[in-house]
Amino acid sequence: MSITEYNGSALVAMVGKNCFAIASDRRLGVQLQTVATDFKRISQVHDRLFIGLSGLATDAQTLYQRLMFRHKLYQLREERDMKPETFASLVSAILYEKRFGPYFTQPVIAGLSDEDRPFICTTDSIGAKELAKDFVVAGTASESLYGACEAMFKPDMEPEELFETVSQALLSSVDRDCLSGWGGHVFVVTPTEVQEKILKGRMD
Amino acid sequence: MGDSQYSFSLTTFSPSGKLVQIEHALTAVGSGQTSLGIKAANGVVIATEKKLPSILVDEASVQKIQSLTPNIGLVYSGMGPDFRVLVRKSRKQAEQYHRLYKEPIPVTQLVRETAAVMQEFTQSGGVRPFGVSLLVAGFDDSGPQLYQVDPSGSYFSWKASAMGKNVSNAKTFLEKRYTEDMELDDAVHTAILTLKEGFEGQISGKNIEIGIIGTDKKFRVLTPAEIEDYLAEVE
Repeated sequence: MSITEYNGSALVAMVGKNCFAIASDRRLGVQLQTVATDFKRISQVHDRLFIGLSGLATDAQTLYQRLMFRHKLYQLREERDMKPETFASLVSAILYEKRFGPYFTQPVIAGLSDEDRPFICTTDSIGAKELAKDFVVAGTASESLYGACEAMFKPDMEPEELFETVSQALLSSVDRDCLSGWGGHVFVVTPTEVQEKILKGRMD
Repeated sequence: MGDSQYSFSLTTFSPSGKLVQIEHALTAVGSGQTSLGIKAANGVVIATEKKLPSILVDEASVQKIQSLTPNIGLVYSGMGPDFRVLVRKSRKQAEQYHRLYKEPIPVTQLVRETAAVMQEFTQSGGVRPFGVSLLVAGFDDSGPQLYQVDPSGSYFSWKASAMGKNVSNAKTFLEKRYTEDMELDDAVHTAILTLKEGFEGQISGKNIEIGIIGTDKKFRVLTPAEIEDYLAEVE
């Protein structure tokens, strides 16, 4: 079994009209044994920028700490928040520094630009950026997430519909994956507010 | 040396609280050729004298205004070779920033990094301070900007500034002529007039240099022919 499947995870980000959603499952396991059911994989970088880290939980936490450290230094130095595109480049550069001994994690980055344009992106574990206009997925449930998102995504959804779509895609996908699940954690970000919701699914 | 024992060590304060080596560096700048910069409403202009030691020197081979990134340029007063060292370090810094963030470096950041290098050279062993002051002109998301960086590593943002020989005359002249709503073309005229004030001999497209950056965010050095056109307008 691959080390990226050790803890299990499901991550998805989706673009709507001047908004985006990013969601994850809540399970932390050690192979097939569930250890925690309130695990957080998505973190807020600043008001309108989020990062989710799938894969090995220990690496996800370490990488998260390093990214926050770099972002805080950037904020102090430049007296502004990072643009989502800039943050994606930083993530990519930090991952590639460990090209031959990588963090076993696949990040999903989602943010709103100053002009309220949504941005989503993912990279592989060594920092190859993959930009998308519609949705990005990561984690052990990524295959089923691809299918669900491809079937359910519509362009220019309003925040309410986007929340429904991303939640249904996540819940139906984790049911097809033994290593992720135990409900979901969803953020919907609009120019004016951040909505955070906990989902209940098949809690087994 | 003569001055005192404090003029020897770079990092020893004199009893009056001065670092005399830095004062000497400022003297080197003060006796250098005049440079000036003006921030207009829609761009920045920097200009300098280009007096050559002999008429036999090929004036086209001397470039006193350099660009650091497509949207940032600079000029110096003081020692030419020291300037080239700073240009090389600053360009590297700009490139590193770009490699990390895939975004052009903001003017403030590049100025800060350059000033940090100049500061390090006032406190490190085996080196001397840079014998140059810089005028950095740039245009980014925060609009047109003009910075002056001194050998001590201190830097300020200016609406218009001058350095080198005749600083005080040039600054007084700029104070009289400067207005907030000045357009880039007016600023070029004012820059030429200010240079003319303290210029010994006949000013021409070959013995001054002018660099401009406008709303297109592309810094460029004017050709002698373009300078001649501006000179004709000023007459």
